[in-house]
Amino acid sequence: MTAAVAGQQVPVAAPPTRTAAWRRLLRSPAGLVGAVLVALVVAAAVTALLGMTPYDPIAQHPQARLQPPSTQYWFGTDQFGRDVFSRSLAGVGNSLRVAVVAVFLSALVGTTAGICAGFYGGKVRGPVLAVTNVLFAFPPLLLALTLAATFTRNWLTIAIAIAIVYVPIFVRVSRGPVLSLRETDFIKAARVLGIPTWRILVRHLLPNLAAIVIVQVTLSLSWAVLTEAALSFLGLGSPPPAPSLGSMCSTPRFWLVRPGGTWRRRAPSSSSSWSGSICWATGCATLSTREMDATHDGSPW
Amino acid sequence: MRSIARHPLARRLVETVLTLFGVAVLVFTTLRAIPGDEITATLGTEAAGLSAEQQESLRAYYGMDKPLVLQFFSWLGNVLTGNLGFSRRAGATVGEMTANALPVTMELAVLATVVGLLIGVPLAMLSASRPNGIRDGFGQLVGLAALSVPNFVLGAALLTVVSRYAHYNPNAQGFAPLTQDPLLNLQQMLFPALILGFGLAAPIMRTARSALLEVQTQDFVRTARGKGVAPWRLRVRHVLHNALNPIVTMTGIQFGYLLGGAVVVEQIFSVPGLGRQVLAGIQQKEYAVVQSTVLVIATTFVVVNLLTDLLYRIIDPRVRAA
Repeated sequence: MTAAVAGQQVPVAAPPTRTAAWRRLLRSPAGLVGAVLVALVVAAAVTALLGMTPYDPIAQHPQARLQPPSTQYWFGTDQFGRDVFSRSLAGVGNSLRVAVVAVFLSALVGTTAGICAGFYGGKVRGPVLAVTNVLFAFPPLLLALTLAATFTRNWLTIAIAIAIVYVPIFVRVSRGPVLSLRETDFIKAARVLGIPTWRILVRHLLPNLAAIVIVQVTLSLSWAVLTEAALSFLGLGSPPPAPSLGSMCSTPRFWLVRPGGTWRRRAPSSSSSWSGSICWATGCATLSTREMDATHDGSPW
Repeated sequence: MRSIARHPLARRLVETVLTLFGVAVLVFTTLRAIPGDEITATLGTEAAGLSAEQQESLRAYYGMDKPLVLQFFSWLGNVLTGNLGFSRRAGATVGEMTANALPVTMELAVLATVVGLLIGVPLAMLSASRPNGIRDGFGQLVGLAALSVPNFVLGAALLTVVSRYAHYNPNAQGFAPLTQDPLLNLQQMLFPALILGFGLAAPIMRTARSALLEVQTQDFVRTARGKGVAPWRLRVRHVLHNALNPIVTMTGIQFGYLLGGAVVVEQIFSVPGLGRQVLAGIQQKEYAVVQSTVLVIATTFVVVNLLTDLLYRIIDPRVRAA
């Protein structure tokens, strides 16, 4: 929901080496915590996507409904007797898959459009900026909501809906630097040398945008996780039997509080662990990307 | 005349109108892409039992036999003359529904912004008073938590905990508009505003902190400190005042997001705002409602952004001169 950090400047450091970057990341406490959390989330996602969860996340066991957490069911079971721990793992997998695909698509389309709009100006700039302005005229979640309502829903279309929302941010982020890079001597020199334009764009411009685009990618990843969760919380994410963090967080609400404010007897123990696990998963995902981010670009955040 | 046309404000206004036209086109085409139309939405599965002539006459009745471009402009003409469509479920015009929902959303957005500023700005001042110290760490930790915990988790958790242990859930009864029962209304707005405000505090805190840090290092602050200005006065009058611009911009942007982005919190706490109106429209497949409401929200959003820009000019005379 905070899509406003788009224009922030990234300080240019000395050419970094990969091992030095890792060492610096792991040395700072925030970076270490972030790296561990990212590793946990990715591990959970991989476990789920490989189908190695302790129980089938969709299989129902009516005789074991609404169990409290135990050694058998770590996070308890839900109203259909499905193992909540397995569902959390699968939910993390689903979230991560949607987020990665969405951000990849929007970075690809947005950066390409931004580079072209910045480099060519004139005829390309007009339409690209017009589309960007129109997409920016919606509150992001509302746009995602409307788009998600349009498509037949599965994880890929959700990812596409989220990708469309984030395209304009990548356009803005990449276009600005291109405007100034276009006037630099090394680009002029490349042009004079007769290097084809596509090659100038890919080999000379793009590497100079990498830092900014990567920072934006890490930020967008955490927003995408949250957007996906918000959509499925509202019932517009992946359709029901599929485990999704947002809808898992939504369903227990109807089990907990009856109209008039009294509490249902059976649900609380397992439901509190639900909320806990969801919070853990989404929280970890965002927290970790932000932590990584903070150590990456050297900014206070 | 020419000088007026060249004025940045005039250009901005023209751009805004064009953007809104684009928004209308996007909303219209998006919702046309959904399978099903006004007829199936009204009659449901019975629509299949209609004869060809009945289908034809219904299509003519809804104006769906005309070309798409014509349909678009007739819809736009209706919207511009204040006819937003009709909701069969609610038995009211979308105009009336919006007239009820918009003030609710606005009230929630204003309250949430107040909460966000009350948490974010003091937290940022605390953080910036000693960068990289313990206070700063605390401030940033709260900010990080506010960014990371999704508002539906926080909202659902707060609702369940408070209604369980304090047996207090003002949102369980019907919604009371501000004009009818202000006391109950404010109670019902309390939790949603707190949740949204807490989420809002994070970007405000981030922006304010970096703005404060930047202003603090400037010469005039050192001069003021040298002159013996009291630390408290220095922080508020000299540093905070000069750091207001980015804070206002960020607050304006976030306020705009609240207009449509509050849908999750509105849903949890049963607050009948605009976001919920869109969601209900989507769930009940009443696309006339969705179409017009989304347009209303986007228009309000664009207008709020425009006003933020203007406010920016008022606060900082340097921007006005440029």
